Order: sequence, then structure tokens, then C-alpha cells
Amino acid sequence: MSKENQLIFEKSREGKKGCSLPEDELSTMEIETLIPEKHLRQKEPELPEVSEVEVVRHFTALSHKNYGVDSGFYPLGSCTMKYNPKVNEDAAQYSGFSETHPHQPQKMVQGNLKLLYELEQKLVEITGMGRFSLQPAAGAQGELAGLMIIKKDLKNRGVSDQKTEIIVPDSAHGTNPASATMVGFEVREVESNERGLVDIGQLKELVGEKTAGIMLTNPNTLGLFEEDILKIAEIIHQAGGLLYYDGANLNPIMGKVRPGDMGFDIIHLNLHKTFSTPHGGGGPGSGPVGVTEELARYLPLPLVEKNEQRYVLDNDRPDSIGKVRSFYGNFGILIRAYSYLLAAGAEGLEQAAEDAVLNANYLKEKLKTEYDLPFDRICKHEFVLSGSRQKEQGVSTADIAKRLLDFHIHPPTMYFPLIVDEAIMVEPTETESKETLDHFVEVMNQISREAQTNPQKAQNAPHNMVVGRLDETEAARSPKLRWHPEQ
Amino acid sequence: MMPYLPHTEQDRNDILAEIGINSVSELYSDIPEEILLEDKLKLNDSLSELDIKKKMKELSDQNHDLTEYISFLGAGVYDHYIPSVVNHIISRSEFYTAYTPYQAEISQGYLQAIFEFQTMISELTGLQVANASVYDGASAAAEAALMSTSINRNRKQIVVSRSVNPESRKVIKTYCQAADLELVEVPLCDGKTNKQELADVVDEGTAGVIIQNPNFFGLLEDLSELSRPIKKAGAVFITAADPVALGLLEAPGNLGADIVVGEGQSLGNPQNFGGPHFGFFAVAEQYMRRLPGRVIGETEDKSGNRGFVMTLQTREQHIRRARATSNICSNQALNALAATVYLSLLGKKGLQTVAELSTKKAHYTAQKIEKLTDFKMTFSGPFFKEFAVSTKKDKTELNDYLHENNYLGGFDLQKEYPELQNSILLAVTEKRTIEEIEKLVSLLEAVK
Ligand SMILES: Cc1ncc(COP(=O)(O)O)c(C=O)c1O
Repeated sequence: MSKENQLIFEKSREGKKGCSLPEDELSTMEIETLIPEKHLRQKEPELPEVSEVEVVRHFTALSHKNYGVDSGFYPLGSCTMKYNPKVNEDAAQYSGFSETHPHQPQKMVQGNLKLLYELEQKLVEITGMGRFSLQPAAGAQGELAGLMIIKKDLKNRGVSDQKTEIIVPDSAHGTNPASATMVGFEVREVESNERGLVDIGQLKELVGEKTAGIMLTNPNTLGLFEEDILKIAEIIHQAGGLLYYDGANLNPIMGKVRPGDMGFDIIHLNLHKTFSTPHGGGGPGSGPVGVTEELARYLPLPLVEKNEQRYVLDNDRPDSIGKVRSFYGNFGILIRAYSYLLAAGAEGLEQAAEDAVLNANYLKEKLKTEYDLPFDRICKHEFVLSGSRQKEQGVSTADIAKRLLDFHIHPPTMYFPLIVDEAIMVEPTETESKETLDHFVEVMNQISREAQTNPQKAQNAPHNMVVGRLDETEAARSPKLRWHPEQ
Repeated sequence: MMPYLPHTEQDRNDILAEIGINSVSELYSDIPEEILLEDKLKLNDSLSELDIKKKMKELSDQNHDLTEYISFLGAGVYDHYIPSVVNHIISRSEFYTAYTPYQAEISQGYLQAIFEFQTMISELTGLQVANASVYDGASAAAEAALMSTSINRNRKQIVVSRSVNPESRKVIKTYCQAADLELVEVPLCDGKTNKQELADVVDEGTAGVIIQNPNFFGLLEDLSELSRPIKKAGAVFITAADPVALGLLEAPGNLGADIVVGEGQSLGNPQNFGGPHFGFFAVAEQYMRRLPGRVIGETEDKSGNRGFVMTLQTREQHIRRARATSNICSNQALNALAATVYLSLLGKKGLQTVAELSTKKAHYTAQKIEKLTDFKMTFSGPFFKEFAVSTKKDKTELNDYLHENNYLGGFDLQKEYPELQNSILLAVTEKRTIEEIEKLVSLLEAVK
């Protein structure tokens, strides 16, 4: 094994340590007299023993084998990989925030409570909802909380036994149906029509006594605005169901149209998408859940209220679904979103939305000659190409993705949504310059031309990464999920 | 206007021309007119970076943070020392501005780090397989409860000890209610899980049982003894652990646990008013295909180079959709990375030292407080870094007096356990000095 590929465990040598701890001022005290033998570890955990410099070099080397928004273009559809402003990072690290304990008396953390309160107000204004809980840790947990609210509301209305179905479009993100199942709902899938929108005829057939609600994102995962949204809302509401808005795609409509005005009853936001907080390599995110005034009593505990000049936590909400996560959510992420909103203001948000839409439509127009575009219309923040033409030439969507790596571009989202063959889902976001977009177009078009002349180039990609294409099938067949000392 | 938008007006016009339209409003022409906003959103005006910093600083200054206080507050979130290296590494933007490593070859750094993380969690917990993190300790316990019902199909009861952190119990309750599961709480006996009651309630209807060790009061539960009735009933034994304690205490996997979960904040993550932190989740090998969340595996490229990928993905929502093992998508990767760096710095000896120093200092504090006339230990069993004391003094006055002297006292147990109306829970980490402890004791004595 070459040295640069070593795991931290393989760099371990007995006796090394990477940090200094305080002196033991109680060296006469014996652990064995404090904790009975049967509770003590028999065998030390195999944690590595490495010096501080080696730890720093190890993880710095790993960072070099990684790629973030700061490294380059990252048009990962549905994930809104916009630039993460640095001032937000600085603010989140002010010790006045980061060194506070969630159980501190409320009078000691008025700044935190004020931030939570004001952030909620801002989200209410942006979405047109009645109230928000900032507790859910990510979009999927916001969905879970939202569906719990639907369930609780049905129970209170005495119709929970009858209303057991949640309708989800076939273009929906996987978390939507997965969340519905966790809350005990049955998932009914509604198909998209030839325009890429919810098929109203089919929806009418699906909706009935059993309908508890529908989960939609608008614009949908094809990047298309559901033009019939008011009709959909009417159909669902008439059947006694509720409308759930997956806010992953809010970015292009900020300041233009609000989910609350579209007829949605419940929504989650992904602060790590729309509000510029970093994705962290997979998290932490934040998924506030918002509802209409009527449903506010079900929100997770606690909410923040303002009493004259003091901010207080309100836990006295008997109809609440309870807690979905400990304390007040991913507070550090909430700080960053708040700070972003200070920078943006109303005007900045609207400009961000417009530029996101401009950029997506620009790329769509530039790419639709070389690639199939199944839904050729005005899009919002993203659009979905199909690589089926290239596939016929022997170059799959996966190959295209790997070939993009050679150009140091992060590939778009591939093979999602499921309703497009060889889907390539492109979301440039508003923080990319025209130069970056033009470069992407050049590279994508080159890859497509190569598919005709030299398909092997893509099939064997990537060519200049730290590893070649990795065998995922073998990884799943005989899983190696940890390092072993004897390895 | 915020500086994160690179276009000039010229760029915008050029792009419009290329698209073949005249104005941006045409791009919104598919939205029904009656819902298009007529007015601007009522938000603040755009602030300059300097003003943002001023405003954020002003807000943060309205808090009393723990750089000004000596803290003995724990109850699930702890004031352990975080070496400087941790923040420097997780502030590298190749890490924090990335997302889930969908494209393995350009994400080897993160994938390897999480593979190392999984190994560390596996070592600490004594179970073979760990995932890449879940949201927090509380939701980890709730996910474990749900997982036990997928292992034990047709069983609808979850049993949880009242000595489990109340924040976790609340989240478990919410998840169980949503999934139509019956939740039964086992009462306390001298601050620990009542063994007899546990044995009485666990039966063929029980899918899983959740025990925390050290428990919420810092007390050590007898995991192997508790496991007996659980195993006998065929229920899944879920334990929640403090990962720092696992540097000293026996790995729960060696004491019968089938699933070990926990709150990972103590491993290199600031207290952050409760988040972001992370939950860890480890299981016995036979359950690996039921895990929630991401899992990283080792594999090779065509030339035989070692590499890492996300694996066992057929469990997950993006493939399995309505039949996924969980809905989790984004997790707490950066917090797990912080833990990986932390554990690499400390190593096996360092983590043990942190655990031992905390234990000793907690016991020293307890011994001193016990000698005060108006205080006594609430419970009698062996404990780790946290313990409950009951006092005849007024708790509010006591805490206020501590604050005035820049000390942060313990957690008022009455809030969650009405029967413990005179008790507070004190946590002592390796950061506390003997001098600070003695000062605390003298303040406790001095308060009227
Ligand atoms: C459309 C959509 N819905 C829901 C989610 C889930 O959000 P999270 O990853 O924050 O849980 C995502 C994120 O990838 C998404 O793109």
C-alpha cells in the first residue's frame, strides 16, 4: 500500500499522541476504587496513535482528495450548491454563540432566542406560512415532522383511520415517499404528464376518501413550475387532504411567489440549499418546518415567543407533535442562514432567484442541441437532460459524469428524477459567472462529440483522479465497512 | 447588494438575448398571475459585510457564553476540551463546501475519513458495523427503536428506561407515536433502571429496549444483567452511550447490546446551543442491511488501488423510496469528521485519559459536596462524570448565586423528574481544575 493511501490507523505507532491534556491533579485517586471492575474496558479500543503534525498532514491530504463549491463548479441538481459566504462561517464561530449550552437559563441566552425568533419571522415572510419550527435537522426530518403534523390533524378531526394515503408524484425525491412510510401512510404515486407536470386527470382518479394529502415540490424536480397548482390545491382540499411543500426547490421563486399563497398547508425548507449554509460534505443541514396559522398548534416543541422585551421558550403547547430532535435544531446552521438573510435582504433574495433561473435557462438552451431535452420549456432553477443519445453511442450517463471529473467539474445529479431515461439534472445556481457556465457548455459538448468519435474516453474515465473508476458492485457484494488491525 | 452574485447587468442582458427573450419576467410567465407577488418581501435592506459582523456580534454579545463562566452543566451536552487542530481541519473548504459523496472518485478524502470514523465507532462500541452518522443522539435512539421493529416484525412495543436522557425520550416518543408503536417506560430504582420492572414488562410483544449507560444521572447501569430478560424475550437490546465514557468503560457490544447509539458532541464538537452535533449508530453485523443512513465501504479501481464508496445503498430512500430503512438523506458528516480528527489526536490513551480525568474530578467534586451540611448524593451507585445531589437550599437562589460568581451550576432535575424536586445534576469534565471545583464547593456552601 503506497504511503499516501494509508488509513490513519496504518500510520499509528505505539506511544505517539496528537494532543496534550491537563495534568492529573488527582493522581492519588485510583479509577478502580471509583468504578467497579466489571464496568471497565477489558481491551483498549484500536484508536490510532499519531502525532499532531501527522494528524494535520493526514487530514490535509484527504482534503486535497475532495472537492467542494470553493473548488469549482458543482451543478448538482436538486442540491442547490450555491456559494457559502465566509462571513457566515465567522459569525457562527463567535463564542457568544458557539459556547452556549442548550440548558442555560433563558435569561443568559437572549441573543440566541432573538436570532431564532427573527429567523422564524423572516421565513414566514418569505414563504407566506403562519409559523415555523426551526428544529428539524435536515429536509427529510422536516418532511417527517410535517407528516406527523398531518397525521395529528387527521386524528383530531377524527378521520385518521380513513385517511391513510399520501400522494407523491413519480418525479418526487426519495425522501418524500420514505418519510410518508415512516409515519404509517400508504404512498400512492401520481404520474407526470407529457409536459412534465402532475397529471391532473390521474390525480382526480387517485384522490378520494383515503387521501390524507399530497407532497409536492414546486418547481418540481424537473425544474418546471406546476402551473396547475391552484387546481391541485382545490382537488386535495376538497377531499379533506392537506398540501405538503418540499422546499428543496424554493430558490428560484423567492420574492416571486410563495408556497403559502399557492395553497400549501405545510412546508419544509432546506437552509443548506436555499439559504447558502454549507453542505458540510453531507451535512449538517437544517430543515425548518412551517405551517399555516391553523396548524401551528401541532409544531414541534418548543417555539420562541416574545414577551415585551424578553424572548422565551414556549413548551406549553399541548397539541404539539412533540420533539423530533433534541433542543432547538442545528443552531449553528440557523446562525449562518440568518446572516445570509442580512446580506441578501428582500432585493438580494429576488435577484438570487432571478439569476438562478437565468443561469439554468441559459445552460438549457446551450446544451439542448447536443443532448436530448425531454421537456423543452422555460425552466426554473434546474433542468433535466437525457443522455440517451450518448447512451446509444455507448456512453452512459455515468460515463459522462466520470468524464466531467477529468475537467475538474463536479457532475450534475445523475439518474434522478427517475422518470427521465439517463437523467442529467443540472442546477447551476445564481452564484456562477457566465464564464463558468460557458466553460461547462464547452466541456459537455466536447464529451458528447467524443461519444461519437472516441467513446472509450468516457467509458474509461476518470483519467486523472487519485483513483480510477471504483467498483461499487463489489463493494456492496462483500461489504468492507471498517478497517481491521490484521489487514 | 450582496456580493455573491457575479453577473453584471451586461451579463444578464447577454444571457436574456441568448435565451431569446426580452425580460426576466418572461421566465416567470408560467406562474398563475393571481399568486405572483405584487409587493417586495418585507425584509431588511441588504447589509454590508461589516454591518453583518456588527449585527451578529451584537446578537452574540446578548448571550452569556461559557468563555465567561465555569461550567458544571452537562445533561447530554458537555464542556470537553477541543484541540485547535479540529476546527482547522473542518474549516478546510474542500470538506465543508462539499456535499454527500455521490461521485466517489472526486470525494475520496471525505469517504476515507468517514470510513475511518466508522472504524472508530465500531471500536468504541464493540459492534462490527457503524454508519456515517445520523442527526443527533436523540434521533439515533428513535431510529434504533424503529429498526428494532423491522428486525422483530409484528412486534409493536418499545420499552425505554426512565434513566434515558429526557430529550431522547421525547424524540423517541414522537417517532413511536408516528409509527403507531406502543411506548412503555420502565421506572427508576435508586436512579437506575428498575430491573424487576424491566423483566416484568418485556415480553414477546417487545421489539426493542433502550437503556442508556452511563445513564442520564451519570450512574452506571448493569448492562449484562439487564440484557438477560431482553434476550429471553427476543427483543433487540439498544444502548445509548457517551462516547467519551467508552474510552474507559466496557464496550456495550461486549455486554449484549445489538445496537449502540449515542450523542457524539463530546468528541470535538462545540456545545453550539444544542447543535449541530451528531448521532452515531452501530449494529451487529447481521443487521447491517437494516441500517438507516449512509454507509461507506472499501473497494478498488481496475488497477487495484484502494478506494472508498457509499455502499449498501439499496437500503436508502433514493433507491428504495417508500420501502427504505429510513428517510434520512443529509446527515451530520462535518460533525462526524470533527470526531474523527478528535479521536485521531487523542488516540486510545488520550480518550482514556479524558474519561479518567473526568471521572476522578467528578468524584472529587462529589466527595467535597457531600461533606456540606445541606447537600447529599441523590443516588448511591457508581457513576462516571456526572452525578445528582439534593439540597435543602433553594435551587433558584443557588443557581443565581453561582451565576453572579461566574459559575454555571447543574441541571435542575425537577424539570424532567417531578419526584426529584431538590436535585441538581452536575457534570465535571477534564477541563475543570481542582481550584475551580473548590470554588464551586465554597459557593455552594456560602449560598443562603
Ligand atoms: C427535492 C428534495 N427533497 C428533499 C430532500 C431531502 O433533504 P435533506 O437531504 O436535507 O434531508 C432533497 C435533498 O437532497 C431534495 O433534493
